[in-house]
Amino acid sequence: MPTSASTQAPPKVSPFYDPKVRGIVYQVVLVSAVVLLFYLAASNAARNLQAARIASGFGFLDNTAGFDVSQSLIRFSAAGSTYGQAFTVGLLNTLVVGVIGIFFATILGFLVGIGRLSKNWIVAKVATVYVEVIRNLPLLLQLLFWYVAVLAALPEPRESLNIGAGFFLNKRGLTMPKPILDDRAWLIPVMLSLGIVLTVAFHLWAKRQQAATGRQYPVLLTGLALIIGLPALAWIGLGVASHNPITFELPEQGRFNLRGGTSLLPEFVALFLGLTTYTAGFIAEVVRAGILAVSKGQTEAANALGLRAAPTLRLVVIPQAMRVIIPPLTSQYLNLVKNSSLAVAIGYPDLVQVFMGTVLNQTGQAIEVVVITMAVYLTISLVTSFFMNIYNRRVAIVER
Amino acid sequence: MNTAVDTLTFVRRDQQAALPPPSLARGPLAWIRENLFSGPLNSILTLAVLALLFVAIPPVLRFAITDAVWTGTNRDACRAETAGRAVGACWAFVFDKINYFIYGSFPITERWRVNVVFALFAIGVFWLLNLRMPRRDLGALFFFVFVPLATYILLVGSDTLGLTYVPTSLWGGILVTLLVSAVGIVFSLPFGVVLALGRRSKLPIIRLLSIIFIEFVRGVPLITVLIMANTMLPLFLPEGMSVDRLIRPLVGVALFASAYMAEVVRGGLQAIPKGQYEGAMSLGLGYWRMMILIVLPQALRIVIPGIVNTFIGLFKDTTLVSIVGIFDFIRTIEASRVDPNWAAPTVATTGYAFAGIFYFIVCYGMSRYSTGVERRLAAGQKR
Repeated sequence: MPTSASTQAPPKVSPFYDPKVRGIVYQVVLVSAVVLLFYLAASNAARNLQAARIASGFGFLDNTAGFDVSQSLIRFSAAGSTYGQAFTVGLLNTLVVGVIGIFFATILGFLVGIGRLSKNWIVAKVATVYVEVIRNLPLLLQLLFWYVAVLAALPEPRESLNIGAGFFLNKRGLTMPKPILDDRAWLIPVMLSLGIVLTVAFHLWAKRQQAATGRQYPVLLTGLALIIGLPALAWIGLGVASHNPITFELPEQGRFNLRGGTSLLPEFVALFLGLTTYTAGFIAEVVRAGILAVSKGQTEAANALGLRAAPTLRLVVIPQAMRVIIPPLTSQYLNLVKNSSLAVAIGYPDLVQVFMGTVLNQTGQAIEVVVITMAVYLTISLVTSFFMNIYNRRVAIVER
Repeated sequence: MNTAVDTLTFVRRDQQAALPPPSLARGPLAWIRENLFSGPLNSILTLAVLALLFVAIPPVLRFAITDAVWTGTNRDACRAETAGRAVGACWAFVFDKINYFIYGSFPITERWRVNVVFALFAIGVFWLLNLRMPRRDLGALFFFVFVPLATYILLVGSDTLGLTYVPTSLWGGILVTLLVSAVGIVFSLPFGVVLALGRRSKLPIIRLLSIIFIEFVRGVPLITVLIMANTMLPLFLPEGMSVDRLIRPLVGVALFASAYMAEVVRGGLQAIPKGQYEGAMSLGLGYWRMMILIVLPQALRIVIPGIVNTFIGLFKDTTLVSIVGIFDFIRTIEASRVDPNWAAPTVATTGYAFAGIFYFIVCYGMSRYSTGVERRLAAGQKR
């Protein structure tokens, strides 16, 4: 009978060959192996720590640090600060070099990436050579080169290189004018924030107006006027009312040293230069790939609709290229932040150098220090990729 | 009047020679005009770049070639006071230290063993990466099983073969750089494949553990992994058991590279059409046979460029082991540049230039290879 097969129960399989049973067995074995590994490691660690008389727990964060840090954004002293504060100092230094590096690497990277696609033969060749050389050399080597070969070869402080505009370069780093703020100077950043808020509001309003009526408003010009104009107005107003709220203390060439101004550590300058030029090489490739990913038909279609070159770029090519560029660009930013840990090789006091270096050596509490440091980097990475995923979902092409 | 035309005198019998093309449409002048001076902005850019090159290139050439010192046995050759002239790169320093850069402090009489290792490694790489070589499956066996074993025996030493024992503290230079990258490559590929399969597995716990491992390792800098391996590995082992100082960073590098490799392989696995899996299953193949016989051969082939790019990154990242105290190539340069016997102003720059040339040749070679494979693999799609 043809129906007999369908009414029969599925053939019995020996549990040994049942994929479900096998899957459960595999997972149980794996979990037990991982748990056993962790248990062995933890028990060994506990015994070893006891034998070496190393304390455990996070209490050490409140102990006095007893060492100095060459660059710190918060008040830090060997006698009065704790390991916890040393952690904050390191973290802030990492973030400082990360943020400044990201800003300049983006600019340089976009310039080089666009330069590689330029019709100008020599510009394209120079950009290509830059990208190939930078990307094929280890970052550590580049940092050492900047730090040892370039910065250490600069003149002594008493014969500093005058770059102009109050900037001096010497062995001990970069000295630049120091802004001295009046007690009413707070008005300027407040006006700047106001300008940004107003620009965003105007942009949203203009978008809604355009959707409703089709009329376009000059968002870019208005925004620029607001963001630059308001603080400038505040500055001039304060200056006219009484006196200039921001003055600059220019460094002066003394007999032996520079007087005045504010200085950047040579370690910071080397790390900044190394990270910026290195990451820019990778960003350039990301940008190039993104622009090439927009098919030629898009440009041709825009031309066929009568768009000129500039609107084609602004309305058709760049929005589509950005969709391809932004995810790898973010991972380059993360790489820059992670690579800033190479600061330890040239002695810039970043998170790894201060916390995983000095604090770890002084306290010997390897597990706690390693866990905290890794947690910081992990948090930065995971938070960024979380926002990246949201962004990706927003800009993804809607398929039918 | 005879109106008939006797001879067609107005017809030319011979062809007139073609005029040369207008000089502004063809030839070098036109090329320059089109590619360098096509508009005011381009002209300014060209002139600016030319000016930059004119400022930058001559000093570099003067430093590297014209003013360079090629012979000498100590710092006197490379100091402007003693040499009596402007001194550029001190290549004599590199020639003097070259054996240290390659072998570290490996005993001189035993250095042939290192050379054999280099040769074995080169054969393995060539066999595996040259797509025209026969029996590349044997090549894989050779590279992933025979070469590591032979390397271990040759470098460490073995009593039965009459090779004296050489402690790892004497290893150094390019030998260690190559060793760390080779260990990273040899371990990361199989581990990466397993992790990638784990991440795409249907078993939830296996998938979760793979994701945790991959995202954790990819989220932290390599240097923290190395410091962790250096400080925490000894803590986790039972008392009395110690890990060699060279093994610790090797473990760190291998784990780190596996996570990155896993993501590359996952990309390949995702690119295989579902029909391949279904076809394999309909033939009655189990999971492992489906993966090993059908899916992985295709997936790994697609991602060869990605794998090579990971190797390039790994090779550059091995420099970080110098920070945790391993005498790799960079560390030998750092140690040599402060050698009082060679205390001269340009020695450090020369050392870095030499290291730069070495790393550039290796990494650029690998990236050219990966572009070549990419083009070859794309040839099937191009019609």
